[in-house]
Amino acid sequence: MRGPILLACVLVLLPAGARAQQPEPRTESQEERLKALEERVKALEAVIAELRAVKAAQAVPQGGMATEVAPAPAPPLAPSYGQLGGAGGSAAKALNPDVGVIGNFVGATGRNQINPLRALSLQESEVSLQAILDPYARADFFLAIGEEGIEVEEGYVTFTSVPGGFVPRVGRMRAAFGRTNSFHNHSLPWVDRPMVAFNLMGGSLDEADVGIKDAGISVSRILPSPKGLFLEATGELFRGDSGSLFKASRRSDVSVVGHLKAYRDLTENTNLELGGSYSRGHNDLGSGFITQLYGLDATLRWKPLRRAIYHSFAARTELVWSRREELTSTQRAFGWFGSLEYRLGRRWYVGGRYDWSERARNATLHDSGGSLVLTYWPSEFSQIRGQLRRTRYAEGQTANEMLLQVLFTIGAHGAHPF
Amino acid sequence: MKSHRVRFGIILMAACVLAAGLPRSADAAGKLKIVTSTTDLAALAQEVGGDRVEVQSIARGYQDPHFVEAKPSFLLQLRRADLLIVVGLQLEIGWLPPLVTQCGNPKIQPGAPGYFDSSQFAQILEIPTAQVTRAMGDVHPLGNPHYWLDPQNGLRIGQGIAQKLSEMSPGDAAYFAERLKSFRQRIADAEKRWDEQMKPYRGWKVVTYHRSWPNLATRFGLNVVNYVEPRAGIPPSPAHLVELIGMMKRENVKVILVEPYFDLKTPNSVAAQTGAQVVVLLPSVGGEKEVTDYFKLFDYDVNLLVQAFQAAR
Repeated sequence: MRGPILLACVLVLLPAGARAQQPEPRTESQEERLKALEERVKALEAVIAELRAVKAAQAVPQGGMATEVAPAPAPPLAPSYGQLGGAGGSAAKALNPDVGVIGNFVGATGRNQINPLRALSLQESEVSLQAILDPYARADFFLAIGEEGIEVEEGYVTFTSVPGGFVPRVGRMRAAFGRTNSFHNHSLPWVDRPMVAFNLMGGSLDEADVGIKDAGISVSRILPSPKGLFLEATGELFRGDSGSLFKASRRSDVSVVGHLKAYRDLTENTNLELGGSYSRGHNDLGSGFITQLYGLDATLRWKPLRRAIYHSFAARTELVWSRREELTSTQRAFGWFGSLEYRLGRRWYVGGRYDWSERARNATLHDSGGSLVLTYWPSEFSQIRGQLRRTRYAEGQTANEMLLQVLFTIGAHGAHPF
Repeated sequence: MKSHRVRFGIILMAACVLAAGLPRSADAAGKLKIVTSTTDLAALAQEVGGDRVEVQSIARGYQDPHFVEAKPSFLLQLRRADLLIVVGLQLEIGWLPPLVTQCGNPKIQPGAPGYFDSSQFAQILEIPTAQVTRAMGDVHPLGNPHYWLDPQNGLRIGQGIAQKLSEMSPGDAAYFAERLKSFRQRIADAEKRWDEQMKPYRGWKVVTYHRSWPNLATRFGLNVVNYVEPRAGIPPSPAHLVELIGMMKRENVKVILVEPYFDLKTPNSVAAQTGAQVVVLLPSVGGEKEVTDYFKLFDYDVNLLVQAFQAAR
């Protein structure tokens, strides 16, 4: 833009200057000045011609497309002329990963002598670092910072450009066993994880976050299926260390997880998802002792598209069978949960969950419980949740508790998988 | 133990080989498969792509494009796509990235030739010039993403899509050029009509629910003086509504524009206290059954606006 303006000024001034000089012969300095101005005009003409050529190249696509189109403002990757130097140092920050932090504050009142939560705690602060790695992959890190330490909850690279439709993932991750195991704590529809996850999938009084998570390799692929049906298979190979569920005594004590997901849109607003899972690994008794898990999950969702931000409904259940080899016997335990959630309005959710589960190490013992949940969303970036939980433990004790959770998010936090 | 590992390895390899060997659906007609995030981009792609493309949109026209569920069924569309056209400016940040990552289609990954960000071709309004914080609500730090609601931006996007299609299918470049030429002419004709209809109402004040309409308002000279939402994405508080009602009375604002996915209870209440009309304007193609293309979207909205302004006179 500056070029044409300068050129116009020079062109306007030049004739006036020339007329003024007619009566007298030019001096040497005037001659030099005129030459300099001529040179500048030529240079500016060259720049204008170059810019016109660039603009024409952008406006005329391959195939001789016509040019009289609405001018697009600042096309991407347009060559920049006349700019000296590169972008400022702050431009390099554009390559920094998206950073977000989610605080998960939990309070508990009531009486629970078997598995008590602390009265007040910042149970977890999840730091997420997410970015596209290169043209072939993206990387995601989720660091779980508790009050007593930091843990890489997940940290993996996903290869997005592998032929054949395979999506490999390498790093530490939550396993694709069942449905809710892959959820982060803050994205659960409850304050706590279901009892079956605690009893059969590596729960521990020392760790609030339970479930199968380990370092390894995961490969998933969408399978060919009849029209309207979505099928996806996932196979995972892990080191074999996951809470109190799997323990690798030797390098070869790896664990595996397999998951098959089937999904169908029943209507525009309603869909059904079914899953089957299997996992196998060595338990904490040694290399010769195997624990196997079998799982089934089902989720029915309803969300009217025209009023999606006001109303929705979800019913979910997961059933898990555990087969754990002990020193003298094999323990076969079963557990399940069923839950309902309903969105009352733009800011309010209500829900409930029923739990029933035997214990993996002693299947003759079983616990059961129920919860009522009420969630308030001030905005997309914070939520306040209350959960009234009643648990009947195998020891004969009943715990009545009120759990309070405040979740708060700052920075960018990527979308969660469906 | 060793036999277990061997068996697992064999099963895994067999599964991989079987899955890889299964045929993908053939592209029978040789058409370019385009998936767009919204119906408006689908309509524009169809305008310039004609019968040489097969276009599908993920979001529906009556759906809030900020809050689309990342359903697995969308992966079936994405995994076969040759071209993915997105609105960009973080409109789809809450749902599209995991779909693109999981679909297993290298052609449409960000940065790949099959990933097309329409915002790069459009005139963007409301680009923040000062520090952006969440205290402003669900603000879009890269600018307002509802830019397709200016026919000139539609034309610019159409031009960009035509160029992209010509690169992907050089043999059809002349066809796409012809389609673009026709689209340009029809836009020019339609704009004369829309301008004529809206001319008497330039400068009229309106209130809108969400910040969906800056491009439409700028293009047709409407003056958006306030919003039902106190901040983008934040539901209205009683205090804000009192302030809004007072302002509408003072400024004599007689029209409230609402997107079809918002509840009408609050706008109706405000309208009842101010004597204004609530107009459910469509931000997207497909918002109503009869709005089946980009031209009908503006026809529908302009007609509604004219009726509302006439009634308010």
